[in-house]
Amino acid sequence: MHKSIDQINQRIREGSARVVTAEEMPSIVAELGERGAFQEVDVVTTGTFGAMCSSGAFINFGHADPPIRMERIWLNDVEAYGGLAAVDTYIGAIQQSETREEEYGGAHVIEDLVAGKSVELRANSRGTDCYPRRTISTELLLENLNQAIMCNPRNAYQRYNAATNTSDRALHTYMGTLLPGSGNVTYSGAGLLNPLSNDPSLRLIGSGVPIFLCGSQGMVVGEGTQHSPAGGFGTLMVTGDLKKMPSDYLRAATMSGYGVTLYVGLGVPLPVLDIDVVRATAVRDEDISVDVLDYSVPGRARPSLRKVNYAELRSGSIEINGEEIRTSSLSSFRRARKVAEELKGWVEEGKFELALPTQRIDPRKAAKPMHQTAAGPRVLDIMDRKVVSIGEEEEIRAAARKLLKGGTNHLPVVNGSGTLVGIVTTFDVSKAVANPGKAHLVRDIMKKKVITTTPDEAVDIAVRKLEQHNISALPVVDAQNRVIAILTAMNLGKLFGGRRLK
Amino acid sequence: MKLLVTFSRRKGGKPIIAQVVRETGVLINVERAVIDSSEGEALIEVPDDQGRLVSETMTALGAHARILDHGITVNESECVDCGACISICPREAFTFDQEYKLKLDEGKCVLCSRCVDACPHRALTLLL
Ligand code: SF4
Ligand code: SF4
Repeated sequence: MHKSIDQINQRIREGSARVVTAEEMPSIVAELGERGAFQEVDVVTTGTFGAMCSSGAFINFGHADPPIRMERIWLNDVEAYGGLAAVDTYIGAIQQSETREEEYGGAHVIEDLVAGKSVELRANSRGTDCYPRRTISTELLLENLNQAIMCNPRNAYQRYNAATNTSDRALHTYMGTLLPGSGNVTYSGAGLLNPLSNDPSLRLIGSGVPIFLCGSQGMVVGEGTQHSPAGGFGTLMVTGDLKKMPSDYLRAATMSGYGVTLYVGLGVPLPVLDIDVVRATAVRDEDISVDVLDYSVPGRARPSLRKVNYAELRSGSIEINGEEIRTSSLSSFRRARKVAEELKGWVEEGKFELALPTQRIDPRKAAKPMHQTAAGPRVLDIMDRKVVSIGEEEEIRAAARKLLKGGTNHLPVVNGSGTLVGIVTTFDVSKAVANPGKAHLVRDIMKKKVITTTPDEAVDIAVRKLEQHNISALPVVDAQNRVIAILTAMNLGKLFGGRRLK
Repeated sequence: MKLLVTFSRRKGGKPIIAQVVRETGVLINVERAVIDSSEGEALIEVPDDQGRLVSETMTALGAHARILDHGITVNESECVDCGACISICPREAFTFDQEYKLKLDEGKCVLCSRCVDACPHRALTLLL
């Protein structure tokens, strides 16, 4: 049993093609069986609407008089790439404004252009014989641009791991606000409507295939960056004409504390060529599972707390370690449906024909991690091994003496067996000495909650701890929580030399 | 109705909310309060017909009380119905309807403002 793409396109032209969305497909297959569904359905439309950070647009401004070869370029104070010739640039979605920071970025520039607002171009150049002009500044509308071509290197993730945070402070990530103590779970992706989840073997979605991109017809360029379908995380690189896009399916956004991103609406129509397509498009939310990752772990390998499928995520809460935790989607299922519905309408009306890939995308690829020739500095490279600590049973006066002699402002406090139980600072000790009261022992004035680091930890992560907790030293502990060194802001000074910290 | 009360704490000052309850006999439900050493802010809920009495008594006692007509406001043209706010709200004021459209139960809102920054589309505002 087989239908050719030409037969399907013929039906589309005649207005007789039967088109359904990927959300409708599972029940059609359940009702009619795979063969019945194959005979009944010609096209299945998919859709997704969510934050797709790796997006942007190529812009060609046309030439000015006298002409300029733009080297540094800003659009509404958002820097655009100046490494392309003359009057070409690429504006990336997450690039932030130099004046408004995370409240405005490349995504907002693109959104403003599409919404018909004017955008200020500023550029400069060193001037050449052929391009004598050195500066330019002008107000531009989308219609004034010679070309504006959306080209998104990584869109339409097949699925995305959900996120939670087991630490005791809120995290601000590209997965949104993650409340402390696993206070919530966030996730992204349209589940059963997701384009690549309906074609995991990448038979139908490939280079040259026409798609719905932000409300107008676009095209798949090929595999997206980080494309990793071997583990179920395929991505697409897509392109479309910004000038033809309405503003409904393209939205700039800000993940507070993380930065700017662009919400993109994207859908792919899938021709039902054979029973394999029927099977693939019958996928349900229950069939697509992801990990719930703990974002409090700052490394590449974040631990998974459990597996969860999209039906569970969409139900509003999931259980982690016996507790009900509320879930939040970051992408919009309502708009994903709208994308699939609108695309369905286009195909039904004969306005949109399908095509097979001119070149297939590799369905077995796995993304590789970065090859790092030099590991970044670790705490052990700069920590101060001459750490002076104090026993919890010692007198405050003893602490004062140690602080004076040791030339340090921090004393880790240890118990009888040498493990870390607290910390006292010069401030704590002076306060106790200035107001003599009930407190006599170090134990009485120490801070019991100590933020620590380990010798193997990356310095950048230790620095984040110092910044986040607004402290100036971290005791370095071994696996038994024994103090082996201390890391202070001074040690960092040594390391960074020219490279200054904020 | 909800009232936002702001007051400064003088040394030896009496707990103002308790004092108002005693003087007016109105039952006050404290929904949220932030009080530090020098000043305080509390969101209280009182029966609609006694809002003015409570507000006047508060003012007489040196506090500032303002009647709040609205909880959080959703700007429909910015909201994309993602749902990022749903798990953030401690009062579960947000839910999805059958069509996955965002629904707000304004009465549940205690104006804590946590959702404001968590909305990626800046669709939520508190008019205080
Ligand atoms: S987070 Fe903002 S955009 Fe998303 S549903 Fe809530 S109000 Fe709407
Ligand atoms: S202000 Fe606070 S209580 Fe009100 S909706 Fe937002 S998070 Fe919920």
